[in-house]
Amino acid sequence: MAFASGYYKTNYFEDLCLIETRSRYICFFLLIAAVVFFPLVASAFLIDLAVQVFLALIGAVALMLLTGYAGQISLGHAGLVAAGAFTTAILFKEMNAPFLVTLPASGLMGAILGLIFGLPSLRLKGLYLALSTLSLHFIVIYLGAEYETQRGFATGILVDPPQIGPLIIEDARLWYYLLLIIDFLVIVFALNLVRSKTGRAWMAIRGRDVAAEAFGIKVARYKLIAFVLSSVLTSITGCLFAYYRGFVSVEAFSLFMTMEFIAMICIGGLGSILGAVMGTIFIVILPYLIDASVDLLSVPARLSTYMFAVKYSSFGLIMIIFLVLEPGGLVGIWQRLRDYFLLWPFKYKAVGR
Amino acid sequence: MQVTINIVVLGSLYCLICCGYVLIYRASRVLNLAHGEIMSLGAYFLFTVAVSFGPQPVISFILAVVMSLVLGLVIYQFLMKFMVGEAAFAAVLVTIAMGILLRGLTTLIWTSQDWYPLQYLGIENASHTLMGGAVVSTFGLVAIFSFVVLYAALFTGFKYTRWGLRMRAVGENPLFASQRGIKLHRYYAVSWALASFSAGAAGMIQACDSGLNPGMFHIGLKAFPVVVVAGLDSLAGVIPAAFIVALVEILAINYLSPQASEVAPFVVLLGMLLIRPWGLFGTKEELERV
Repeated sequence: MAFASGYYKTNYFEDLCLIETRSRYICFFLLIAAVVFFPLVASAFLIDLAVQVFLALIGAVALMLLTGYAGQISLGHAGLVAAGAFTTAILFKEMNAPFLVTLPASGLMGAILGLIFGLPSLRLKGLYLALSTLSLHFIVIYLGAEYETQRGFATGILVDPPQIGPLIIEDARLWYYLLLIIDFLVIVFALNLVRSKTGRAWMAIRGRDVAAEAFGIKVARYKLIAFVLSSVLTSITGCLFAYYRGFVSVEAFSLFMTMEFIAMICIGGLGSILGAVMGTIFIVILPYLIDASVDLLSVPARLSTYMFAVKYSSFGLIMIIFLVLEPGGLVGIWQRLRDYFLLWPFKYKAVGR
Repeated sequence: MQVTINIVVLGSLYCLICCGYVLIYRASRVLNLAHGEIMSLGAYFLFTVAVSFGPQPVISFILAVVMSLVLGLVIYQFLMKFMVGEAAFAAVLVTIAMGILLRGLTTLIWTSQDWYPLQYLGIENASHTLMGGAVVSTFGLVAIFSFVVLYAALFTGFKYTRWGLRMRAVGENPLFASQRGIKLHRYYAVSWALASFSAGAAGMIQACDSGLNPGMFHIGLKAFPVVVVAGLDSLAGVIPAAFIVALVEILAINYLSPQASEVAPFVVLLGMLLIRPWGLFGTKEELERV
């Protein structure tokens, strides 16, 4: 993983380390310190932004595992988020279930849906699979809407803030730390998973499923694992989303949400957890960046009604630019920059990249 | 009787929309997820032309149709051309991004208001009573008529003309086709233009029938199940598939709820994928190709 010159791995322990050199340790601890102390200095707006990033990050990592590593296309991600959110909301409304029940329940719901909609993947590939996951989206949204109208929550379902033991998580700072811990666990889990047997099997399937099968990889099994795992993580995002917003309604889970998740992993760079992190930060912050730049340019107020459309189209435009011109995504750019400065003033071209 | 008429009208509309998916897919193995947006753009073209030229329906329709034809060419020339030879997944993602861009631009230019092109065209959408007391609107009839004309033209075109033959060859095997001197880019561009043309026409008819707003692209998404039931690479399969999906949808409206009709086509899609993933008339080998 590391490319620092003069660094050689001499035993297996070093080969297993996630953080390899001392400078990386220093960077890692600086990063930890920065994110831990961030809410103490940041404004309420910035904390809200960070919480949004953390929320989306779980879903983006989940999609990255499924699409970026296992190579299975999914267009049903918003549907899975909705499934998690609705499981939480319904359990809360009907049985007044606490957070520690709804969270695993949402995960379980995700697992079931992942299993059901992973099953077609055993026969289908590529585009066909994308279409079957698209139908998952519409079916989940329909069921959610039916529940809303049947039970008389036509505008949406209100959810109270979660409670863990004596602690009620309502304050934005508490949310920040809760999600920080969850995100940290999810990322470490994902990083370890993709270099384990399962992750290697996924990458083999992504490369060529027939060849993977010839190597003795049980393709069907690993595809299903990818689907179930990704759905569980996504549904958990949905559960947290429901609690953070305090409000669940089908309108929030449009196809655009799926597109946002897909844009996160594409712009970040497929096949890299770091890419998922970078892409999530970029996509969540993008609309605010556009707002800020519009403020700087002092655009007349009557044009501000067009802001939504401007954000929407620039989102599509940026996605096109990345897909056509920089398929490696933000991670590709970052690696090139790093390689450049690592060996400056010499030219360096990584082998096989 | 009324139910039958509704099914026929909706089925014709689906046929008009779906032939675009199939044309592009057969030629270049790209599933165009921005089809709904292209369709609503066609309708917006009609609206713009109608507003600027006043009540001259024939000229307006011709101009709008030409504009959507050009739109397809432009999309291919400036965007999809770069995705030829890339992984199918990347190309599909580009069409998704293009859809978002087009939708954003549509809202930017025409706002998200409801528009009714008919009131600028100076024609009425009269309703006609058929035998048995069923009612059909003028543009419902137009939908049926243009579906019949378009499919007749496409089938004869593919079968008997040189261009049709070449397009089939490109779809069959692009490598061999280009080795025989067929210019791939030209035929890919033609498939995009034809798809955009037919989608635009469908959009115009739909807009004249029931107004126009950016939410229209949803019809394009609902047309997906039709293509899958047909088999992604089968133009002939679209016709029965469109009527099956229209049947299910209309029955869902009548006997379940309007909400259920939104999801009914997707239930059909899922069932089809489980039983016969390559569709009614698609080729089985197609499953391996994507």
